Amino acid sequence: MADSEIQFLNAVSRPVPHDSARAHVSGRAVYTDDMPEAVGMLHGAFGLSQEARAKILSLDLTTVRAAPGVVAVFSAADIPGRNDVSPFAGDDRLFAEGEVIYHGQAVFLVVATSVEAARRAAKLGRIEYEKLPALLSIEDTLAAGSVVEPAQSMGRGDVALALAAAPRSVKGTLEIGGQDHFYLEGQIAIATPQEEGRVHVLSSTQHPSEVQHIVARVLGLVDAEVTVEVRRMGGGFGGKETQASLFATAAALAAVRTGRQVKIRADRDDDMILTGKRHEFSATYEAGFDENGIVQAISIELASRCGCTMDLSNAINDRAMFHTDNCYFYPAVKIHSQRAKTNTVSATAFRGFGGPQGMIVAERTMDHIAHELGLDPLLVRQRNLYGPGRDVTPYAMQVTDNVAPEMIAELVESSDYEKRRAKVAEWNETHRIIKKGIALTPVKFGISFTTTHLNQGGALVNIYTDGSILLNHGGTEMGQGLMIKVAQVVADVFAVPVESVRISSTRTDKVPNTSATAASSGSDLNGMAAFNAAETIRRRLVEFAARHFGVAEADVHFTQAGVQAGTELLSFAKLCQLAYLNRVSLSSTGFYATPDIHYDRKTHTGRPFYYFAYGAAVAEVAVDTLTGEHKVLAVDILHDVGKSLNPAIDLGQVEGGFIQGMGWLTTEELVFDEKGRLLTHAPSTYKIPTASDRPARMEIKLWAPGRNVEPTIHRSKAVGEPPFMLANAVFCALTQAVSAAVSEGGFPKLDAPATPERILAAIAGLQAGNG
Amino acid sequence: MSVRFLLDGEVIALDEVDPTGMVLEMLRTRLRRTGTKEGCAEGDCGACTVLLGELAGEDIVWRAVNSCILFLPMLDGKALLTVESLGGDHPVQRELVAHHGSQCGFCTPGIVMALYGRAIGALGAEQSVADTLAGNLCRCTGYGPILAAAEAAGRTKRDDMELVAALKALQAPARDFRFHDRLAGHERRAFIPRSADELAALYLEHPQARLVAGATDAGLWVTKQHRVLDEVIFIGDIEDLRFIEETPEGMRIGACVRYAEAQVALARLHPALGELVRRIGGTQIRNAGTIGGNIANGSPIGDMPPALIALGAELTLRRGDTRRIMALEDFFIAYGKQDRVPGEFVESVFIPRIGEKDLVCISKLSKRFDSDISAVCGAIALRVEAGRIAQARIAFGGMAATPKRASAAEAFLIGAVFSKESMDEAATLLAADFAPLSDVRGSSAYRLTVAGNLLRRLWAESQSEVVSVLGLQHG
Repeated sequence: MADSEIQFLNAVSRPVPHDSARAHVSGRAVYTDDMPEAVGMLHGAFGLSQEARAKILSLDLTTVRAAPGVVAVFSAADIPGRNDVSPFAGDDRLFAEGEVIYHGQAVFLVVATSVEAARRAAKLGRIEYEKLPALLSIEDTLAAGSVVEPAQSMGRGDVALALAAAPRSVKGTLEIGGQDHFYLEGQIAIATPQEEGRVHVLSSTQHPSEVQHIVARVLGLVDAEVTVEVRRMGGGFGGKETQASLFATAAALAAVRTGRQVKIRADRDDDMILTGKRHEFSATYEAGFDENGIVQAISIELASRCGCTMDLSNAINDRAMFHTDNCYFYPAVKIHSQRAKTNTVSATAFRGFGGPQGMIVAERTMDHIAHELGLDPLLVRQRNLYGPGRDVTPYAMQVTDNVAPEMIAELVESSDYEKRRAKVAEWNETHRIIKKGIALTPVKFGISFTTTHLNQGGALVNIYTDGSILLNHGGTEMGQGLMIKVAQVVADVFAVPVESVRISSTRTDKVPNTSATAASSGSDLNGMAAFNAAETIRRRLVEFAARHFGVAEADVHFTQAGVQAGTELLSFAKLCQLAYLNRVSLSSTGFYATPDIHYDRKTHTGRPFYYFAYGAAVAEVAVDTLTGEHKVLAVDILHDVGKSLNPAIDLGQVEGGFIQGMGWLTTEELVFDEKGRLLTHAPSTYKIPTASDRPARMEIKLWAPGRNVEPTIHRSKAVGEPPFMLANAVFCALTQAVSAAVSEGGFPKLDAPATPERILAAIAGLQAGNG
Repeated sequence: MSVRFLLDGEVIALDEVDPTGMVLEMLRTRLRRTGTKEGCAEGDCGACTVLLGELAGEDIVWRAVNSCILFLPMLDGKALLTVESLGGDHPVQRELVAHHGSQCGFCTPGIVMALYGRAIGALGAEQSVADTLAGNLCRCTGYGPILAAAEAAGRTKRDDMELVAALKALQAPARDFRFHDRLAGHERRAFIPRSADELAALYLEHPQARLVAGATDAGLWVTKQHRVLDEVIFIGDIEDLRFIEETPEGMRIGACVRYAEAQVALARLHPALGELVRRIGGTQIRNAGTIGGNIANGSPIGDMPPALIALGAELTLRRGDTRRIMALEDFFIAYGKQDRVPGEFVESVFIPRIGEKDLVCISKLSKRFDSDISAVCGAIALRVEAGRIAQARIAFGGMAATPKRASAAEAFLIGAVFSKESMDEAATLLAADFAPLSDVRGSSAYRLTVAGNLLRRLWAESQSEVVSVLGLQHG
């Protein structure tokens, strides 16, 4: 294990700036669209479906072909291989074929000599449709029996019986909106034809290996003929896990067919219309509990908008189920999950991957129980936490690393929760229009791909004779700081400064068969794989140095001053040069597979997660009861990243994740019209948080005692997704504030996102006695 | 005729330019300055922020603008700075690195430029950092490190002496661009008149031309709707349309005064007006969009008209040498239709001074506080004398096809006792005047409810109740 072999950590655990920070601020960081362009490069644009569900009767592209600047037009008939850009289910088309299944689906691609020419021509396609009834809402879709897969259930005990026996009960519903990723860099790919029909694709993707497979599949090539490369993305958040394939594959097809380099850079509106989003959920819950608020039984029904194809909806909805417990023990529990196949864009991965939607249902239930009993919701939460003898999840995994109780206790202190809660109550007594609310919510998030085989990582470390180190691994950089974390790990293996580790683009011809950089797994998998690669080289160097200098292997040490071999001290570069001259390999691959995890999807039991990441947040909000406007006034966060690989990077993930979660629950609203058209397809109508939405007080701390009980890389924990769900505290605080607007008004029916309109509706509901 | 501007002090002359081409595209493709990014191509994300400098006597006034919706001729005679101009070691850049202010880095160059503008005292530099960045979206950081970096970066002084001389040499009389558009298959033209008189004459000759001031809306006709604008007259720099005149009677604002330039003066007229302008667009939009453009555009969701109507503003239109003056509300006839004849343009707007005892409440309601379009923008001005309402002017945006007065509520209120009950009653009367639409920004019912509640907000505010969540402290 990584933490036992290195005595001194010089780079790891230090707040080293992002490796590209200086390039970012100077404008010199190169993104896909910034790459030098080949002479004669063409630009692509998609022609989009104007119907949500219809048969294609005819497709007339003559006007498109005749438009100025157009070089070629491609549709389904032009695909040499399979018309399939799906991650596994086989149901995502590159171009619609015979039918369209969502409004905005790609029907054809035009490539032209300029972006403007391509985009103008793309509007000229004449498509004749025979309209079919489109399924748009979750409710209508399920009523029609349209699902992407059969409903799933997990749980234990006789829930009906336990609910009936419980002294008290609550029942409620919660609508949870979807979310657009709004990565600042839109989807983009540049394909360059190579000899013998091969192709090289620069793709802004979290999953180069999958893009490679899909390009090969669609073009009728073998994987070895396709190289996919990504240096960095301008944000991903899950939106470039499966969604990049469409753009990469279309560009590759056009490049191979025209013999010219082809770039497809989606316009922001097209990007938002064409690509998947976070799943919208509709949830109902019924909980039975005792007079202390301790849950005895719970039944949760989840239904989600999966969109028109499977994409990753099976695993995403499973993860929603896995997180309906959050930190709470449910003695008798039933979780039932339906996956609606709607005629809207196929919903996809998004930071948290279904977890947030599941977890917010748990928090809503706790709030509802507390309201029913007139207790502080925090007390109810604390009473229901996992603990000794109450430590088995609804999927039969024992929780062995539960730090939630300790963390909550610490946060209650550091945030001055009790006093502030009293002051909030006092404010609400004395103010008629503006009401405040405060809430503390915990997070427990399962780490590992729940599809077990994905939990593997590969790396390639090359050391050159001057001692410089080139680091490659299967992970991709989307801003999360993966590259610097892994570089820190590698630097410490050789006790060299982190600056001497050079980071390279992620390429499928260097490290093959990689998993997506997703599920927060980036540094767990790639950090360990790179560590293993570096360790292999280090061992070779130790063995060589011992032999060369005639000392025991135990007397060879890598130190900051250089490599100590007995009494001999030489620079790392010198040792590398000597090793080369003595024919010792300075290059190694490394591999890592997460141990001990297993899951049986038939019974929904097992150990899907290697460990859990924890956190807790306090949010205080104010609500204007006349307009529904609201403001998050203060946030206190305590988050567990184990032993941090890089506290600066980790704090960035915590804060960024929280604000993104806050956006999901407040200002970010996706609106589809009655024809299935997405109306919110640009930042003018889709509102992610701005600088002033950041609470004026924001205290964020990494939990000092944090240490992974599992032997992960230097005992760190994954951090990409878990902090997103800290924002649940905002939603729960809003619920409290709404509740304060109407005395004796019942429990508010507040849905997400809590826009001013929804808040006002929740207040009106209380006033009308419909709490 | 070429577009000539200074880039890092060097004269760049662009021949044969498409007059509706955008500065961002030119930078990225023609000059290969790829540091400036495209995030949305509609002026909402700020990734494309650059600084534009224009001569003001012996000085240069800099302002951050969105290059994605900045037409190339708008560069003519100006100085341009991009992220590459800074070299990489400016305090703003150093502090962003030190505070871990970038993650994916894609929004970073735009943020650097917005903050650099603030550091050097560009237009709007007196704003808070958060207001400065209202038009810069970051999806990764949560903004905290960026805000901290901006505070730490402090202020920097630029020495623009040489640039002033170079800019002076670049100034030219009226410009006339002709462009043979191969994609459209015909010639297109663009003009830059230098005075209101020149504009008046030119517009008479070319009444079908599009007038473009800040291009914060017109830019999207090109980037999003792919419209071909055959004739454009760029009026944003016409000096004698860029004045603010304060008299004892009120304030006259030239049509081409930008929001950011009007903000302080409007706040002097009434703080609520300043606050309204603070929440229009982001810095880059306020630095480009004009008061006249917001009116002439005729949008039912423009934010200035409701406020100005409630304050009794008058519009001056000019055609050739003929001028017409009308109450602002009369300008808006129907959706997309204004009382403006071919060749006629908005010259100025006059806002009468607000009585010291007048109650004014202006509210912009949107899903997000900053850089959002209103679901409802409401403005109420009441004069209360001896406990009774002597005058009432109430106008709403987002409630009808045009910015519109609440006639029934006004009629009821005039002469009524100023009380909670009166305001409640007036609120219910809004239904007589308004049947708002449902759209992505709000349902019809929500709009009607909150519009009424804005009358209640005015009452509560008059009773010194806390009526806004903005500026509240925790605890």
